[in-house]
Amino acid sequence: MYRTTEIISDGTKNPPLEGGEAGDFIINVGPQHPATHGVLHLVITLNGETIKKVEPHLGYIHRSIEKMCESLTYRQFIYVTSRMDYLSSHINNHACAMCVEKGMQIEVPARARVIRILMDELTRIASHELWLGAMAMDLGAFTPFFHTFREREMINEIMEDTCGARLTMNYMVPGGVMQDIHPDFQRKVKDFVKQFQRKIGEMDEIVTGNTIFQNRMKGVGIITREDAISFGCTGPVSRGSGVSSDTRKLFPYEGYENIEFDEVIETGCDSFARYMIRIREMQQSIRIIEQLIDNIPEGDFQAKTKAVLKLPKGDFFQRVETARGQFGVYIVSEGGTTPYRIKFRSPGFSNLSILDHIARGSKIGDLVAMMGTLDLVIPDIDR
Amino acid sequence: MFSLADISKTIDTWLRLHLNDTWTLVVEMVIAGVSVIGLFAVLGLVLVIMERKVSAWIQIRLGPNRVGPKGMFQSLADTVKLLVKEGLTPDGADKFLFNLAPLIAIVVAMLLMAPIAFAKNFQLWDMNIGVLYITAVSSIMVISVLMAGWASNNKYSLLGAMRSGAQIVSYELSAGLSIIAIVILTGSLSFNEIVQSQADGWWIFKGHIPVIIAFVIFIIAATAETNRAPFDLAEAESELTAGFHTEYSGMKFALFFLAEYVNVFIVCAIGATLFLGGWMPFHIGHWDAFNHVMDFIPSSMWFFGKTFFLIFLIMWFRWTFPRLRIDQLLNLEWKYLLPISMFNILLVTAMAILKWHF
Repeated sequence: MYRTTEIISDGTKNPPLEGGEAGDFIINVGPQHPATHGVLHLVITLNGETIKKVEPHLGYIHRSIEKMCESLTYRQFIYVTSRMDYLSSHINNHACAMCVEKGMQIEVPARARVIRILMDELTRIASHELWLGAMAMDLGAFTPFFHTFREREMINEIMEDTCGARLTMNYMVPGGVMQDIHPDFQRKVKDFVKQFQRKIGEMDEIVTGNTIFQNRMKGVGIITREDAISFGCTGPVSRGSGVSSDTRKLFPYEGYENIEFDEVIETGCDSFARYMIRIREMQQSIRIIEQLIDNIPEGDFQAKTKAVLKLPKGDFFQRVETARGQFGVYIVSEGGTTPYRIKFRSPGFSNLSILDHIARGSKIGDLVAMMGTLDLVIPDIDR
Repeated sequence: MFSLADISKTIDTWLRLHLNDTWTLVVEMVIAGVSVIGLFAVLGLVLVIMERKVSAWIQIRLGPNRVGPKGMFQSLADTVKLLVKEGLTPDGADKFLFNLAPLIAIVVAMLLMAPIAFAKNFQLWDMNIGVLYITAVSSIMVISVLMAGWASNNKYSLLGAMRSGAQIVSYELSAGLSIIAIVILTGSLSFNEIVQSQADGWWIFKGHIPVIIAFVIFIIAATAETNRAPFDLAEAESELTAGFHTEYSGMKFALFFLAEYVNVFIVCAIGATLFLGGWMPFHIGHWDAFNHVMDFIPSSMWFFGKTFFLIFLIMWFRWTFPRLRIDQLLNLEWKYLLPISMFNILLVTAMAILKWHF
């Protein structure tokens, strides 16, 4: 008999986990594991290859960002939010900047608004490109990773020119953007759009059309419409289950109401539907960029604001659509220069909560595929 | 003209001049052993650098390019690194089995070298049951994997080993059945005779569609038997970190690594021998001039060329396909490959009896 419940070093019996039975085969996936893409810790109870239970343990990268924000001014706290969901740092910054603008009633210049949307959509594409490569790698195919990173690198270069950063952008400030776009911005974005449209077919050939890939994705990790709503799934995860949840459509902000694009919804409910959502979302983002790139209005890139920002007494909320779903900022102000309390509603946390529900009864390999399509970013979950 | 057979013959006659028969045999065995170990080392180095270059080429990057010209000595540097690394044995591992497993892996790979015909009249041991020997010895491979997984006292390793056990045992069936197709056509289990039977055309050309089916099934089963992607479930990096060799480090890990690559070489060599004519040059019917030109290429070049072509094919699979799930893997074998190969055997047998092949 294999030693499933023994601690070998001192010979004592390992008591079964809470709710488990003696003899359960328990493995720890993470905090250091290639499939978790970060320091997520999953305690998995197995019956052979079949999963009986998944228990996520959080807190390995908890930096207490919400508490930190309470001692930072309204200009400073935005920079911390780049470190939450580091793959959509622009969009996080955007939400915080908008929330402060809402409180201060700052009118953002038209040029800044368009730049912000362009940056958001480029970020969304970069995030989805990284997800696509990482997810293919979870399924055991290494090559797509390098191909998607080629395109992502182009976006990173565009960001580097304008923001001076590649990951933690800190480009959006209350009142607009930190500085004007680089003279090369429009040309490089157009180059990227051309390159992207040429290469997205390649990904279809190597990933989407692959039989093994489809077998691994279809009918796996089913999230029904009801489950998606009751677990509070957002973003591509909920849209893959047929729930309309695009904040850009439902609660338009920053001029998204004037832009033509479709909310992508699939009704497959499985991993493949979530995969297709993200592929099609990238194409929608390209559509948005194409509409705006030649129509960036002239004018200021930042509104004139006071040196010290003070929000009036009250509470303010702003939500945006990040690459992973709905991201919310809730600020309670006592009228001072720092927030009294800040709460971030991060999409990753609610998407992770459904993992146990969908993973039960499936195989270990499927768990990895499911985590791939939930697109978890751990610092976003822990904050 | 350069030929491995001539060299071996020269050595043999020279030895027989100076020594009696028994001592000649002893010295020749030592030479054979040393050359197998040498071939092992060279194969390991060449195949690792080849894999890295092929993957780099597929993944639009350069690959190793710092050590030596175009990074050709990279795997040499890696070997030195692995040699000087500490080989840890984890606490609570079954020390004896833990250390024995990599040895078994490497010994099995060495044993498989015996009946392979590397060139014309150049073979370590032309046994009359070569094919049977290969299928029998390669089954021992699974024991080393199971042993490594169990003795590591690591749950990931155990899962990897169990997967590997299920996988290798299943895929051996269809690999064996596709090999039998050629045995039926040739009527012999000896590698030498199988190669000789392809003098007027390789089996893949002579054997019509049934042999092509057998060849495809053999390549799939060979990929699965050597635990390579898309069938690398025993290692499954993103699921089981490194599967059965999670706990191995230093030279013990290197032995597994080496055994994997040598096994790839061996299955490809077997595939090349059975289906692509081994060291037989490429001949077309009565084009005598063409055939004569082809004969000028040394037989060892033909053998290694075909083998490396198949190795490239298997590497190409690895860097293109995602991994299968364990149940899909077993479904593929038991529901598709095995019934197809069984039916295929019937076709091949009918073809052999009615002499429909060329």
